[in-house]
Amino acid sequence: MSVMELDPRTALSFPKAAKMLLKETELRGNVRRATETIQAKRRKLVAEKDDWQELRESARQIRAHVLAHLGAYLEEFERNLTRAGGTVHWARNAEEAQAIVVSLAKEAGAQEVIKIKSMTTEEIHLNGALEEAGIHAYETDLAELILQLGHDTPSHIVVPALHKNRAQIREIFKREMNLPELGSAPEDLAEAARRFLREKFLRVHTAVSGANFLIAETGGICIVESEGNGRMCLTLPDTLIAVVGIEKVLPRFGDLEVMLQLLARSATGERMNPYNSIWTGVRPGDGPRKMHVVLLDNARTEVLADKEGRQTLQCIRCAACLNACPVYRQTGGHAYGSVYAGPIGAILTPQLMEMKHGQSLPYASSLCGACYEVCPVKINIPEVLIHLRNEVVKRHGPLAPEAIALRMVATLFRSERRFRAAQRLGRMAQTLLARRELKIVGQNVGQADWGDSQWIHWLPGMLGGWTRSRDLEAIPSESFREWWDRRSK
Amino acid sequence: MSAVISAREEILACISSAGTKGAEDAAADYARIERSYRQAARLSHAATLDLLEERLHEYGARVFRVAESEIASLCARLLRERGARRIVVPAGLPEKWLAGAGSAAESTLEIVPDADFDAAALDSFDSVMTASTVAIAETGTIVLASAPDEGRRAITLVPDYHLCVVREGDVVETVVEGMRRLDAVKEMPLTLISGPSATADIEMTRIKGVHGPRFLDVAVVRA
Repeated sequence: MSVMELDPRTALSFPKAAKMLLKETELRGNVRRATETIQAKRRKLVAEKDDWQELRESARQIRAHVLAHLGAYLEEFERNLTRAGGTVHWARNAEEAQAIVVSLAKEAGAQEVIKIKSMTTEEIHLNGALEEAGIHAYETDLAELILQLGHDTPSHIVVPALHKNRAQIREIFKREMNLPELGSAPEDLAEAARRFLREKFLRVHTAVSGANFLIAETGGICIVESEGNGRMCLTLPDTLIAVVGIEKVLPRFGDLEVMLQLLARSATGERMNPYNSIWTGVRPGDGPRKMHVVLLDNARTEVLADKEGRQTLQCIRCAACLNACPVYRQTGGHAYGSVYAGPIGAILTPQLMEMKHGQSLPYASSLCGACYEVCPVKINIPEVLIHLRNEVVKRHGPLAPEAIALRMVATLFRSERRFRAAQRLGRMAQTLLARRELKIVGQNVGQADWGDSQWIHWLPGMLGGWTRSRDLEAIPSESFREWWDRRSK
Repeated sequence: MSAVISAREEILACISSAGTKGAEDAAADYARIERSYRQAARLSHAATLDLLEERLHEYGARVFRVAESEIASLCARLLRERGARRIVVPAGLPEKWLAGAGSAAESTLEIVPDADFDAAALDSFDSVMTASTVAIAETGTIVLASAPDEGRRAITLVPDYHLCVVREGDVVETVVEGMRRLDAVKEMPLTLISGPSATADIEMTRIKGVHGPRFLDVAVVRA
C-alpha cells in the first residue's frame, strides 16, 4: 500500500483514511493477529498480580502529582542532570527541537547518527530535518528499521511495524540489505538486522533517543527496551542526544518500582522487558562523554492548562489501549494520521495540534471504555474523548449542523408535550423505513425468528450520516408512558 | 530591554500559568500519594531462589546453584562448553573465579581484564563474565550497577555470551524490594537484565538475541 502521511496537518480525516485501510485485508489480518497475541499475554500476566489495581492507582497519583508540580520537577531534573555533567535544552515546538538536535549533531561532527526508537522524535519529524542538514539517521530498533528500509511509517506506539508480516519484512530486507538468499524465519530476519546494524553501532559516534522516564531527584534517565539496540546507542557513542516530552519526568528514583511493573506487563505482556537502562549524566569511562536532553513542549503546556484534557499527559506510552481498542484493531494505526494511533492518539493528537487538526479523531471511538480499563495510569480516555468532541463542536461555532441539531433536540426534550408530539411524528415518518428482522434464537444458527423490534437501516439527507455505519432501532408503536397511561385507566 | 524570552522561561511560565503548584507544596503532596500495592516479600528465601531459577529458565538462560568454592570449576566448564576463546572481565572480578579456566595446558582461552577497549575492540571478545548487585526473582531480573566486579556497561553488551554470578544474599522476591536496594546506588549506571536480548517485532514471535548477548548463564552462589 502507499505510505500514509503521519502528519495530522495534512492527513486525511479518520473516516476517509479508515475506509481506504479497511480494504487492506492482509494488513488487517496482521494487525488482528499481533494485537490478539499481545492482549492474551498481557491478560495472563496482569491476572497474576493481585495488587494490579493498587499499582494502577499509585501510578495515576504519581503521574497526576508530577503534572500538578511540573515546573518544579523539571527545574529539579535540570539542576541534577547539569550537576552530573549533562546539558538540558528547552524547545517550545518541533522546529526548535529539530534545530537544537541538528546543531548538536553538527557540533559533534556527525554525518550519521544511530537512533533508539522514539515516538517523540517521530512526532517532531526529526529524521527529515537531519536529512536536510546532511545527516543520515539509522533507526536501530528492529521494527523502526523495517519501516525505514521499507519507506513506511509506524502504526503502533510499541510495535511500530506490527502491520507487516514476515514475508513482507523478508522482501524489504532482501532488497535493501542486498541479501537474495535470506530466509523467512523470524530468526533469519533478526540475524540479518543484527549484522546490518552491528557495523553501525561500532562506527557511528552520535546517538539520538527519546526516554521513558526522567528522574527529577537524580537527573537520571530511564530507557526501556528489548533488543539491546538501546544499550548500544546509549553506551557506545561519544554523544547522546535525548529528545523528551516535558511530561515524562518522575519525582524520585523509587517511583520506578511502580512504573516498571506496569509498563512491561501492559506494553509487551512480559513480567519485565529484557533491558532497562537507568543512568545519570556523564560517567567518565562509561558511556557517552556528552549527554544532552532536549525538553520538548510542542503544545504539552496547552494540554496541561486544560483541566479535563490534562490527564492525557499521564500516559507512559504502553499502547495497551491500542491493542484493546475495537476501532484500532479494525483499521490499524495509519488511519489516525499521526504517530500516536489508537485511543491515546485520538485524544493526544488533536490536543498537540491545539485542536486545529485531527478533529475527526475524538470521534474514532465507540466509547466502549476498553482503553480506560487497560490503562496502567488510569487515563479516562472516554471522558477526554467526549470533552474533545465538545471542543470540536464549539470550534465549529453555533451554526454548525451538529450544534443546531443538538439544540433542537434539547428544545424537544425540555417539554413533555413537544417530546410526545415528536414521538408521534417520528412514528409516522418511519413507517416506510423501519423493518422487522430475522434474528437467531437460541444456540442453533438454523433457528431464526422475527424479532420484536423494528430497525432502520437508511435515513435520508444529513441524517444518513448516522445510518451509514449504524442501525437505528425504530420508535416502538407504543411508548412506556403510553402503556402506563393505558394501564392505569 | 530585549523582548526575546528564552524557550526555558516561556515553557516554565506556561506551566505555571496552567494552574500548577510550586515547589513548596511538592514534598507534602508527594508524601500523600497512596501506595497500597504489595511492598514486602511473601516467599521464604529458599522459595525465592527457586522462583528466580524458574524465571531465568523461562527466558532460556541456564542456572547453576553452586558454593563459592565451586565457581572456578563451573566457570571453566561453562566456558569450555560454550567454546569461548576470548573473555573480557571487569578489573574488579575476583581472580579465583576464573582460576580454573584458561590454565589447563590444552586451553586456548584468553582472559583479558577490561582496559577501556573501544567498541571495535570489544567486538573481538566472544564472552564476558561479571558479578551482579541485585536479582529480582518475580521478574527474573539481574541488575548490574557498575560495581568494580561488574564493570562498565559496554562490556556486558557487545560479547555474545554473558556468564553472570549472582550471590544468594542479593536475591529478592519483588520488584519493589529490588528497586529499594538499588536506591543506595541510584546515581550509578544501572542495567536491569531480564533474559537475553530479544525482540517480538516480527509477528509478535519472541526471538532471542538481536543486539545484546544471545546466551546468558547464571551462577547462583551460596553465601
